[in-house]
Amino acid sequence: MSETGTTYREAMREAIREAMRRDERVFLMGEDVGAYGGCFAVSLGLLEEFGPERVRDTPLSESAFVGAGIGAALGGMRPIVEIMTVNFSLLALDQIINNAATLLHMSGGQFGVPLVIRMTTGAGRQLAAQHSHSLEGWYAHIPGLRILAPATLEDARGMLWPSLEDPDPVLIFEHGALYALSGVPRPGPVDITRAAIRRSGEDITLIAYGGTVGKTLSAADALAAENIEAEVIDLRVLRPLDDVTIMRSVGRTHRVLVVDEGWRSGSLSAEISSRIVEQAFYELDAPIGRLCAAEVPIPYARHLEEAAIPQVATIIAAAREVVTS
Amino acid sequence: MAVKHRAREGASRDLLYQMLRIRRFEERCVELYSGEKIRGFMHLYIGEEAVAAGVCHALTPDDAVVSTYREHGHALVRDVPATAIMAEMYGKAAGCSRGRGGSMHIFDAPHRFYGGNAIVGGGLPLAVGLALADRFQGRNRVTACFFGDGAVAEGEFHECLNLAALWRLPVLFACENNLYAMGTALARSHAETDLALRAASYDVVAWPVDGMDVSAVADSASRAAESIRAGAGPHFLELRTYRFRAHSMYDPDRYRDKAEIEQWKKRDPINALITRMKAAQEIDDDGLSVLEKEISAEIDKAIAFAEQAPVEPVEDLARFVYSDTPRAGGTRPMGAVEAAP
Ligand SMILES: Cc1ncc(C[n+]2csc(CCOP(=O)(O)OP(=O)(O)O)c2C)c(N)n1
Ligand SMILES: [Mg+2]
Repeated sequence: MSETGTTYREAMREAIREAMRRDERVFLMGEDVGAYGGCFAVSLGLLEEFGPERVRDTPLSESAFVGAGIGAALGGMRPIVEIMTVNFSLLALDQIINNAATLLHMSGGQFGVPLVIRMTTGAGRQLAAQHSHSLEGWYAHIPGLRILAPATLEDARGMLWPSLEDPDPVLIFEHGALYALSGVPRPGPVDITRAAIRRSGEDITLIAYGGTVGKTLSAADALAAENIEAEVIDLRVLRPLDDVTIMRSVGRTHRVLVVDEGWRSGSLSAEISSRIVEQAFYELDAPIGRLCAAEVPIPYARHLEEAAIPQVATIIAAAREVVTS
Repeated sequence: MAVKHRAREGASRDLLYQMLRIRRFEERCVELYSGEKIRGFMHLYIGEEAVAAGVCHALTPDDAVVSTYREHGHALVRDVPATAIMAEMYGKAAGCSRGRGGSMHIFDAPHRFYGGNAIVGGGLPLAVGLALADRFQGRNRVTACFFGDGAVAEGEFHECLNLAALWRLPVLFACENNLYAMGTALARSHAETDLALRAASYDVVAWPVDGMDVSAVADSASRAAESIRAGAGPHFLELRTYRFRAHSMYDPDRYRDKAEIEQWKKRDPINALITRMKAAQEIDDDGLSVLEKEISAEIDKAIAFAEQAPVEPVEDLARFVYSDTPRAGGTRPMGAVEAAP
């Protein structure tokens, strides 16, 4: 961390470092977290500081090391398991869903799984369909998991510790385009239960999370020039959703656009829209808008990839449509 | 083109030609990556050329190849046109995957090249299934499946070796043991580092090969392929090799000793073959420069082609999520033929 500020990557690293210093049960495990320094350089230097026992390189065995993280949590440790990207987490899906999310309930409350799993998500770097998907909404479907999406330096820095304190499994999704984000984070703890209003406005509520928060804020600034004042909600917690913050905002603005880099069908954006319809239907002045990824595996070519995911210009256009409808 | 050489010259010359093609092609790719013509993840094969050239030497045009994200070499040797590979890396519509895949996802149906798979171990089940289809349809073909030492740690590797052995399927498992899975050295991710031994435990015929010696690779692959064609079931070759470059263009390569890399470079498979061929008077400097010129012309042509090729119209973004027609890919209509008794 430099004096002038920090990056999202460094904030994440600092959070891991602090957790490992504060509690000896905490250890980091995953592919290339040690000697390589993490595939996105998040854990650079941690091996040197904490040694190979606590900064554990694993073989390419996602199912085994995620499952071992679950077992270690059962055995009294507080593991942080890193999976390189959400696409690779599919190899560990069985362990995450059939074990981590299930054991507490299935054992009648005897076996909780205090585990943190971190992984990268999202598109925008021309990595094509096996490295670019946003499947966090899918994980948000699963009871028993808490799903977080830090979009700011504060959240990158602050979400890990309360996640480790959580007695249940927490999945943290780091959008790949955010690692280089830099600035000076506000110090202090953050909660892992509430959404945050990143910008106030009374004409429309723009709901975003993770990689789309920055784009949505830029869109909101541009809309202000057209005299449309948008309120921007950063969901932060994708499960359980913070309905209260969403409904209060809808009560103020009466119009909503949900922005999501995940696909539309059967999605988080669908869930949010349903909840608004269920809980705040009479507050709405217009149909809820949704701007999601095109329903394609994310393509490599730059122009196709750009067209496949929400961009500032498409957010502006979609918001305008909701406001004028 | 490869076939032409095979017919005209001896095997050594063809192997040299293929290895040089891969090397020169990728050297140009590095320049194009710096110039931001190629983007995303790009994994180079430089140093490992003897594996692709040697293994594919044992294959016929009817055989299939399943590969990884480090697949430029396999694709080139399998005669996927350099123009189509380059255009793919440029993200152009004329690319072999119409710009959808990029460097990691070279696909080419006419040459039975079933892709660039970027999920480690993800190609192995496909290879088993392709071989199963050949079995069902009474075709005597080999499916060659390339993957790295890292993939041996994935569950899919173990499931697939067992399945292929159990059903005695015609798969050639070509394990490119370059001693590293990204930044993790073999001995730091495998308790038993003798990978051929591990494969053999599944009752798959397996042996290690010097992957820096293209003739040794070609010999072993030919023996394995012959045996597979004769019905002896899956074979596994552990091809001991080394990548001279970083894992990908993003990799700062902090985890390897520079001396180790230099040591391996002394065993450069291309130099080794040239030295041998010169000693046997199979090639001289003039012969070499003829090869180089031919290759350089092929690559120039590929780059020129990629440069001028149009991109896919954005309106076609959502094409190929489902088949354009219900019977795409030449599949027979269901029920057209009665099942064999
Ligand atoms: C399931 C999965 N996990 C992790 C990765 C990230 N990754 C890509 S290549 C690689 C190393 C693979 O090593 P190896 O199989 O030895 O092949 P090599 O790259 O050395 O050719 C890793 C960890 C991935 N693509 N897929
Ligand atoms: Mg390897």
